[in-house]
Amino acid sequence: MSEHTVSAYDQELTEMAGKVAEMGGLAEKAFADAVSALISQDIELANATVAQDARLDQIYQDVEVKLIELIARRQPMGQDLREITAATRIANDLERVGDLAKNVAKRVIAIDSDLQSKKLAIGVEHMTELALSQLKQVLDAYARKDAEVARHVQEADAEIDALYTSIFRELLTYMMEDPRVITQCVHLLFCAKNIERIGDHATNIAENVFYMVTGDRLPEDRKKFDETMAEH
Amino acid sequence: MTDTTLTQRAETQSAPAPLPFKSILEADALTRKRNAAEKRFKMYGIAAIAIGLFFLVALLWAILSNGLGAFSQTFIKVDVPLDRQQIEAAEKSVVKTSKYRAIIDGAFASELTKAGISTDIPTKGLEKLFSSGAAATVRDYVLANPGAIGSTVTFDLIASSRVDGYLKGRVKREDLAQDKNLDAAHLDLADQMEDAGILEKRFNWAFITGTDASDSRPEQAGIGASMVGSLFMMLVVLFLSLPIGVAASIYLEEFAPQNRFTDLIEVNISNLAAVPSIVFGILGLAVFIQFMHLPQSAPLVGGLVLTLMTLPTIIISTRASLKAVPPSIRDAALGVGASKMQSIFHHVLPLAMPGILTGTIIGLAQALGETAPLLLIGMVGFIASNFPDGVSAGFFSPNSAMPAQIYEWAKRADPAFYERAWGGIIVLLLFLMTMNIIAIILRRRFERRW
Amino acid sequence: MNEMPNIEQATSMTQSKISASKVQVYYGDNQAIKDVDIEIQPRTVTAFIGPSGCGKSTFLRTLNRMNDTIDVCRVEGSIKIDGENIYDPKVDPVQLRAKVGMVFQKPNPFPKSIYDNIAYGPKIHGLSRSKSELDDIVASSLQKAGLWEEVKNRLDEPGTGMSGGQQQRLCIARAIAVSPEVILMDEPCSALDPIATAKVEELIDELRENYTIVIVTHSMQQAARVSQRTAFFHLGVLVEEGKTQDIFTNPQDKRTQDYITGRFG
Repeated sequence: MSEHTVSAYDQELTEMAGKVAEMGGLAEKAFADAVSALISQDIELANATVAQDARLDQIYQDVEVKLIELIARRQPMGQDLREITAATRIANDLERVGDLAKNVAKRVIAIDSDLQSKKLAIGVEHMTELALSQLKQVLDAYARKDAEVARHVQEADAEIDALYTSIFRELLTYMMEDPRVITQCVHLLFCAKNIERIGDHATNIAENVFYMVTGDRLPEDRKKFDETMAEH
Repeated sequence: MTDTTLTQRAETQSAPAPLPFKSILEADALTRKRNAAEKRFKMYGIAAIAIGLFFLVALLWAILSNGLGAFSQTFIKVDVPLDRQQIEAAEKSVVKTSKYRAIIDGAFASELTKAGISTDIPTKGLEKLFSSGAAATVRDYVLANPGAIGSTVTFDLIASSRVDGYLKGRVKREDLAQDKNLDAAHLDLADQMEDAGILEKRFNWAFITGTDASDSRPEQAGIGASMVGSLFMMLVVLFLSLPIGVAASIYLEEFAPQNRFTDLIEVNISNLAAVPSIVFGILGLAVFIQFMHLPQSAPLVGGLVLTLMTLPTIIISTRASLKAVPPSIRDAALGVGASKMQSIFHHVLPLAMPGILTGTIIGLAQALGETAPLLLIGMVGFIASNFPDGVSAGFFSPNSAMPAQIYEWAKRADPAFYERAWGGIIVLLLFLMTMNIIAIILRRRFERRW
Repeated sequence: MNEMPNIEQATSMTQSKISASKVQVYYGDNQAIKDVDIEIQPRTVTAFIGPSGCGKSTFLRTLNRMNDTIDVCRVEGSIKIDGENIYDPKVDPVQLRAKVGMVFQKPNPFPKSIYDNIAYGPKIHGLSRSKSELDDIVASSLQKAGLWEEVKNRLDEPGTGMSGGQQQRLCIARAIAVSPEVILMDEPCSALDPIATAKVEELIDELRENYTIVIVTHSMQQAARVSQRTAFFHLGVLVEEGKTQDIFTNPQDKRTQDYITGRFG
């Protein structure tokens, strides 16, 4: 796209996108760190991750102020308007991702013992990989303004949901087998839920990127059906 | 935004080296030079205005000092006994006024005796003190009032131009050496008469209301008749050029299509404004007099010629003032569904009116002062010795016009006429000033509202 | 302000008020408008936006044949109002302009009293038979223009003595006084301060109930605020026309996008 007549406007938009991208990087890292701390029971890493979240919150506040200023001063229209509203929402999603990662890290500290089952760890790890790749893809799509990738990411969210369902069942089984592990399992369950939620945020971001690029909403044809809900 | 542009921005944003401090409290060389130039220019302007003012004052002084004399006139008070026998004898003779002159001379001689003034001048020579028109004044009175015959009537008879000039300081004693009309004795007598109250200088209404007189009687010449001639001419000019001029300009400005033909007309109108007035005169002579056989020397013809001359001025100024009406007013009128003519007559013309009036008055003033074209249609040679009998005669019977009359007087040999010419100029200027004041008042009236 | 659902219903049920097709406007040899096709909905505010010299004002002026006053201007194609071609030789432009009123960029009240400004149109069109009828028209026009309370006690004062915003509303009242069906506005707020602008915009929104309004504006924000439909002109071409919210959030044409986001160099 060509440049604005007022070049300062371009600069501000670029700066804003840069800040959002930075948030994306931080959220991604916090998430990866939290999960690896969980898998390896690395309390130190977990603590560091919790501490990192303050930085993310700080940037989020900066971005929010910048965006309001941009709207007030430039009265954005068309593509710019969509970019700015999308950035607002994406920043919001990323901040939530950071919070969820922090929550996972805090639970690592709470669990403070080795994981019961290797299989369970693999499940969580796999789910994390998927969610992380989702997040990476949408952030790339955001940076490149790529609507197709965004659409693809939305579709892939179903897989994370399926994995979450299987982990849920497994943990349920453990808890029924041995009531002593309930505390640990509940923590793990929350962690899994958090990871699944991060996937949802990635989907949200994908939808926003799609809107930002095309001006249309992504069709809501995906069955957002949580099987775990049906059983309770 | 790409990286290169970002770096470019960064470059442009890096502050340039700070400029050395320069106080604005003291002017630098360039400013001083500029201010000096400005001051010089102001001086030129003031000098130009001073020169202009000097010439204006000189002109006014010349006009007033030379012309004011025309507004006063010397009269000689004489009690004339209107003896029936003498009058009857006079009426029977061939040159009646000469007999009347003898009556006046007799009466004047006894008047002098009564006042105790003695003179060596023979009774016959006394008549040189009087205007040659004095006898006619008495006779006209007698004919108008036959009942007065037999009684003695006091007349204020016009003194001759030499005596008049002596009282006004125009005629000096030393001048009389070459003058066969008057000698020093007459002047001594005049001094004595003045002391006795017989000779008197008064305001000369006759100059303003009177008619022109022949070469030998400058003291009787007045500008009144030619003023009437000018007035009738101006009426013709006003009633022809204003409607024709305004109609033509409205058409050209608002309706005429833009093409070569209208361009040609426009160029011609502009050029006509610059055509020497004498050309209009010869045109009038050829068309109005030789071809249309309109009466010579008539104000109607003069008016027609001056109309031709005034039209371009009126058209140009009217078009300019129509152009000056903001187009938004036209748009507004058209926008509420007024037709073109309604928008022009309801909105544009009233707004252009002050400008149109100014242009018209300027045109009329120009026409009023115009002499050259009148030369060619015979309004100059004519002696305006009487007033027109009525309105139609005012248009059709021969007359003169003020500038033509002034020109005529200035041409004549007698210095008394020269004085009259300056006096005529004063009257003409007053006439123009009146017109300008009317123009200003009209402008104010029309501009009054907004 | 933009109650679109109602409008959409209304427009889908009724025919368009003005329907232009293949309109070309030439100034001498220059083509100012090329192939413009547009349907203007009744009782709707349609905004024309575009950069200077894009032909939006020219096109607006073709809608009530104000371009007739320019000798070299030539219009081709058809513009129909209620199905009647306004460029039909039988059409008297004066009658057309009574039906399609106009408000101009610069407030241009006549240099007459407020009363005479409003009364002039009804007078020349013979809309009133008596003085009292004329009084009623003046009062109701001023009321509709929201000016009545401000001027009712000084109707005989000059219209040129009012503030800019009042003058413009006076001009709108003057246009209303001849009971037009369509009101064309050529940048009506460009000479006004933001508060006067807001008042005029509020008035435009109220007038939408009874009149079809077409407004040319340089301010995109204004177009976004007052109109239900927006048309973007560029270089004499109608680039895009659609619902105002679509034009300003998701324009389909790159030129529209560049214009509304401020990317025209």
